[in-house]
Amino acid sequence: MWEYTDKVQEHFINPKNVGELDKPSGTGEVGSLACGDALKLTIQVDELGIITDAKFKTFGCASAIASSSVLTEIIKGMSIEDAAKLTNQQIADALGGLPKEKMHCSVMGREALEAAIADYRGVILPMAQGNVVCECFGVTDLEIIRAIRESNLRSVEDITNFTKAGGGCGKCEDKLREILQQTVQAMATEKASQPKTQRLTTLQKIKKIEDVIEREILPTLKKDGGGIELIDVDGDIVTVSLRGACSRCQSSLTTLKDYVEKKLREQVAETLIVEEAR
Amino acid sequence: MMSNGKVVYMDNNATTRIAPEVLEAMQPYLTEYYGNPSSMHTFGGQVGRAVETARAQVAELLGAEPSEIIFTSCGTESDSTAILSALQTYPDKRHVIKTKVEHPAVKNLCENLDKLTGQQHRITRLGVAADGTLNLDSYKAALADDTAVVSAMWANNETGVLFPVEEMAAMAKERGILFHSDAVQAVGKVPINMKKNQIDFLSLSGHKLHAPKGIGVLYVRKKTPFVTFLHGGHQEKGRRGGTENVASIVGLGKACELAGKMMAEENTRVRALRDKLEHGLLSSIPKAILNGHAELRLPNTSNISFEYVEGEAILLHMNRHNICASSGSACTSGSLEPSHVLRAMGVPFTAAHGSIRFSLSIYNTEEEVDFVLAKMPEIIANLRAMSPFWQG
Repeated sequence: MWEYTDKVQEHFINPKNVGELDKPSGTGEVGSLACGDALKLTIQVDELGIITDAKFKTFGCASAIASSSVLTEIIKGMSIEDAAKLTNQQIADALGGLPKEKMHCSVMGREALEAAIADYRGVILPMAQGNVVCECFGVTDLEIIRAIRESNLRSVEDITNFTKAGGGCGKCEDKLREILQQTVQAMATEKASQPKTQRLTTLQKIKKIEDVIEREILPTLKKDGGGIELIDVDGDIVTVSLRGACSRCQSSLTTLKDYVEKKLREQVAETLIVEEAR
Repeated sequence: MMSNGKVVYMDNNATTRIAPEVLEAMQPYLTEYYGNPSSMHTFGGQVGRAVETARAQVAELLGAEPSEIIFTSCGTESDSTAILSALQTYPDKRHVIKTKVEHPAVKNLCENLDKLTGQQHRITRLGVAADGTLNLDSYKAALADDTAVVSAMWANNETGVLFPVEEMAAMAKERGILFHSDAVQAVGKVPINMKKNQIDFLSLSGHKLHAPKGIGVLYVRKKTPFVTFLHGGHQEKGRRGGTENVASIVGLGKACELAGKMMAEENTRVRALRDKLEHGLLSSIPKAILNGHAELRLPNTSNISFEYVEGEAILLHMNRHNICASSGSACTSGSLEPSHVLRAMGVPFTAAHGSIRFSLSIYNTEEEVDFVLAKMPEIIANLRAMSPFWQG
């Protein structure tokens, strides 16, 4: 038996806003009978872009019904812009959490909301344009990649819990593993190349620069009989003095710009400029 | 909730209550008679005699010899022991026949045979008809020279549908093939007489017939070659190591004696209750479909699909009225697909997700059946009112 929270039980036993709006501004339908759960969400949006009413019809288990019910409660009174930003985690949180095998119920809620908003705006959802990876549940690669990114999924089992992909015949498991690896790798690369936007105090900046020099730059230069010393940090200007072999080296400028500056930009702040002490 | 506040338990294919007579028979062996049956002293020896009495009681119910009864820990152990024994008896034969609707104890063992033994096996998975019955022609065609063993259940746990295992065993015997039947659901509900068939191995489980959990039996026909699964001491004549679970063995013996006496009631009063429940549900609830052959099945089981609603939601609403049953829906099992049994029968998705299994026992009453009949239409109607697929 599943361990459902009181909140899930409450929304399952006495669901709010069951039904269909007469003339909805937007309708979102996701899932199917074959999949074992489906949700039809209708929303009413006023001229100011506020969701004034929402109703649902759900075929599915207790957590699917509860996710749908709590979703309608959350979005009533919300602006379309805010509703568009709603995550499945927020739906799950509003229920006091869901068993991890049931997280796909909260994903279904968010998908239905997105579909309803897209219908209201008269646009086509990009997610439906991906290639189907899981044929049992009709899940596309774009949906899988999105779930991995949004919920920081780290295993094929996680993917199944959140999207249902791989929960049927299991034939797409290798493909899921491949998508997972590629996405996780892409996320890591993006993270590494992201500008270090967070503001550092001068003291933090100096400490970090010293640390990178100590840990990475100096050992590398030492291999070639060289050395480096930090002289000053003024705003984004980092003044260093090259020592040993480096100070006499023809390519000292290359070392400075292509190696020292690159390392410090990657690991401390994108805006740093490295100069040699005169 | 029933006026007496009691649970309405209609999930007896999952497990059963321990009969009061069984508990009473067991109690001395959990308290004063704690000796080891293998001991030399009288104190242990008297316990050994209780085990032999139980063995005779089990044999009596099955129409078997006491020496053909091996006590195990559960139905799953019995299934594994039988199939692995057969494969070791015929090391040159690597073909196994089973049905698509076997219990996971047989299904998952067969799916993992290659990994388990390091050898390659060929598995034939016999399909079933829409009513869950087996086609003997396709079975006959599957029997081959390299077939080591056939495993087919006597009765299906989800639908109660019976397979012609005695006929199948005779066909296997003609080809020199060993035959195993998982009879966990059948024992005590339908007559079984091992003297009148040629089945080599038969599994049963205590907790399905009002004995405790954790006790099972493997019947092995005299002269059928047998290879031990659990090696250890000389218990069970060296055929199954491990100190006997004496109290449970005594309980199972008593439960088998009771089952023999209750078999008639099972097939008259319990069957009538099941039929009343089934006819009531099918007539009061639209788009309700019976899964499985109406006649060729256990007297206690009824598997009904309520179209366009989902099983877990139905069960949880039933639970609020203290009614216990099971579902073949995906959500209840923790998997994402509905029951392999219903899928093998080709039950459409509109119905498979909304299947509910009611399984009765001699402890059910007409009052309980009436209570369930009074509650179910509203539960289904409420969920359908919420379903986007229900067109009223």
